[in-house]
Amino acid sequence: MTDFSDLLLLLVVLTDFWVLGTTRLSSVIRAAALQGALLAALPVALHPRLSLHILGLGAGTLVVKAIVLPAFLHRAIREASVRREVEPVIGFTASLCVGAVAVALSFAVAQRLPLPEAQTALLVPVALATVIVGLIVLTTRSKALTQVVGYLILENGIYVFGLSQAERVPFLVELGVLLDVFVGVFIMGIVVFHINREFDSLSSARLTELKD
Amino acid sequence: MTATRFVTLLAVLLVAPALPGIATRTKSLLTGRRGAPVLQLYADLAKLVRKGVVYSRTATIVFRAAPVVLTASVLVAALLLPLDGRAPIFGFTGDLVAFAGLLALGRFALVLGGLDTGSSFEGMGTSREVTVAAFAEPALLLSLTVLVLVTGSLSLGGMLGAPLATAWPAAVPSLVLAGASLFMLLLAENARVPIDDPATHLELTMIHEVMVLDHSGPDLALILYAGAVKFALFAALVVSVLVPLARFDPWVAAGLLLAGLAVVGMLVGIIEAAMARLRIDRIPQFLVAASALAGFGVILLLR
Repeated sequence: MTDFSDLLLLLVVLTDFWVLGTTRLSSVIRAAALQGALLAALPVALHPRLSLHILGLGAGTLVVKAIVLPAFLHRAIREASVRREVEPVIGFTASLCVGAVAVALSFAVAQRLPLPEAQTALLVPVALATVIVGLIVLTTRSKALTQVVGYLILENGIYVFGLSQAERVPFLVELGVLLDVFVGVFIMGIVVFHINREFDSLSSARLTELKD
Repeated sequence: MTATRFVTLLAVLLVAPALPGIATRTKSLLTGRRGAPVLQLYADLAKLVRKGVVYSRTATIVFRAAPVVLTASVLVAALLLPLDGRAPIFGFTGDLVAFAGLLALGRFALVLGGLDTGSSFEGMGTSREVTVAAFAEPALLLSLTVLVLVTGSLSLGGMLGAPLATAWPAAVPSLVLAGASLFMLLLAENARVPIDDPATHLELTMIHEVMVLDHSGPDLALILYAGAVKFALFAALVVSVLVPLARFDPWVAAGLLLAGLAVVGMLVGIIEAAMARLRIDRIPQFLVAASALAGFGVILLLR
């Protein structure tokens, strides 16, 4: 079973690279949705003894991260009619390089963290790498929608980290986090919609003009 | 045991010109056309060999030597690969660098030949080719590093032979990453679709084709043949990374390798049918992604 979860974690990192490397917003959202689906399968793969806790976690993640949020984001790009990330602060090739360095660093750092034994050695480094990649996307892309996806990926990393401690974290906390993300993305989606209506563009640089 | 090495090498050198044919045929069938016969390149080669050669008055010995150096370096590189999954025809510690170097030498000769014509058009093509090569090399070396770390051997014979087959189950994720990276490299190094379009003859978009425009007759035949063999070598590299050939009987391994070459040719054709060429300024990104895949494979092994 750990082999399968290792494979899932590898794919999670590959979707991180995918998000860093593509310009099309719909492709970025598809990558985030795929990552959500992978994360939903992860708790089931990690804990062979199926409990209601694990199944609920997997099902909740699948519904929120792989279906509802991506559908919502797709709707948002359709309404705002943006297709591409045009002017990122760091270029795509450079952000791929930064992402690769981040992955290397998180693998190096993860070995030194004094954590209780995780189910698979990949869990913590992949969590760190995903958090950092989310941060890169969140800070270097100019379109508000890509930043929302960056936030989602950041949260995905935290979720993976939480999985390493899944037996100890109560179900309610997980559900609360999931709900938080849902509400967060929902609000951001509404904000995105309003930015678009106000400025005819989704560039968050224009937000500085919002003064009263 | 030794017989299979020579027979496999000979077979690979013989079937190499069919690979681009398989790729083009797959692409044609998928896009609803009939396409050129699979063996078209053999006919082209036979035709070119019988033709005369035209040399420009400004061209020097460098231009004449380029096809010969290219073909020779690719053929010597072929000797270094353990094609039947056992042992190469000759090998030594560190020959992975020689392998990369020989391929680079062949490209270098071709680039010099292109520059030697003095045509600004070929200069443009060579500059593009060298740009692609500069980004492709790290990915090749990182993929080979994955193999070195998996097997602990520093020669291609060990990296792709029996030690790889024993280490295979434990290192599948890294090897799959390295294989994917090598496949992306294959597309870049052999001027296939996301990087370059072998079917186009439009000046603005060509990369590889531009360099060889002035070559004619047997010289062009040599360049085309060397290109086909290089394609086969990269395909063989991908197949031997993804399939532990040493687990099988040598003859079965040789058969598997040849079947694998055909599969790789078809995959290239499928990609050509499904994708458009990348814009030239996006090519480095494609190759950086290939390096990142291989680099991730290395990180997984260093853990």
